[in-house]
Amino acid sequence: MNAREQEHALVERLRAGDPAAFETLVRTHMPALLRVARRMMHSEEDARDAVQDAFVSAFRSIGKFDAGAQLSTWLHRIVINASLMRLRTQRRHPEEDIEEHLPRFREDGHQSPASEPWPETAQTLLERAEIREVVRAAIDRLPDNYREVLVLRDLEELSTDEVARALGVTANAVKVRLHRARQALRSLLDPYMRPVTT
Amino acid sequence: MNCSELITTFLADYLEGHLPPDTLADFEHHLDVCASCVAYLRSYRETITLAAGAGVVPEDIPEELVAVILETVGR
Repeated sequence: MNAREQEHALVERLRAGDPAAFETLVRTHMPALLRVARRMMHSEEDARDAVQDAFVSAFRSIGKFDAGAQLSTWLHRIVINASLMRLRTQRRHPEEDIEEHLPRFREDGHQSPASEPWPETAQTLLERAEIREVVRAAIDRLPDNYREVLVLRDLEELSTDEVARALGVTANAVKVRLHRARQALRSLLDPYMRPVTT
Repeated sequence: MNCSELITTFLADYLEGHLPPDTLADFEHHLDVCASCVAYLRSYRETITLAAGAGVVPEDIPEELVAVILETVGR
């Protein structure tokens, strides 16, 4: 039996109420769903709650699953929605103002201050654990409605249209938020990326 | 095109390859003469790579979470 046939058989067992089938589903897809939730949520506890919500929702709606679709894609969408629902109910106040972290320009349109090059490449920087932590902390500082878009587009690699559907906004709004989120993240990282001058 | 227009208005479409030819020519001409925007563009690209790379998180199966989920659905 190939992977597609195995998945089809698992869905049939789930629909028939086979107790072992649901545990198989949970164990098979838990790592991927937890990864998404950990990226979306601010704490491990919230990530686990979102994953729990997602599996319970999947259990209750397996009858609506389109047999032609992929289980992993369906579950991915469910855990994103579960994470978004939780974020909506626990919005942090006050959030940082993203305007503070956008580039500034003089009246004539020149950057002020001018941007300085980052001497090391991202690939080199990512080898250092403290830099990975700095980046994660900076992402976490972004206001939720910007962080969500950045996580879904640049980390989960959803398309613009998929993000727009998940968030219930227009594709153009996704593009605008993504650009502002990346600009703000760049500003937050900038002090750590440039050589210290003495 | 000045720095503000390049960064605020056109940068995202440039990275997506969506700039019309005339705008692309203006964009690239500005980069030829503006070290600050060259630095900004490169660091913006590195930011995307850093976000994707630093977002790698452990993929595990916490047994206590499995137990709670199975209990919740009555399995």
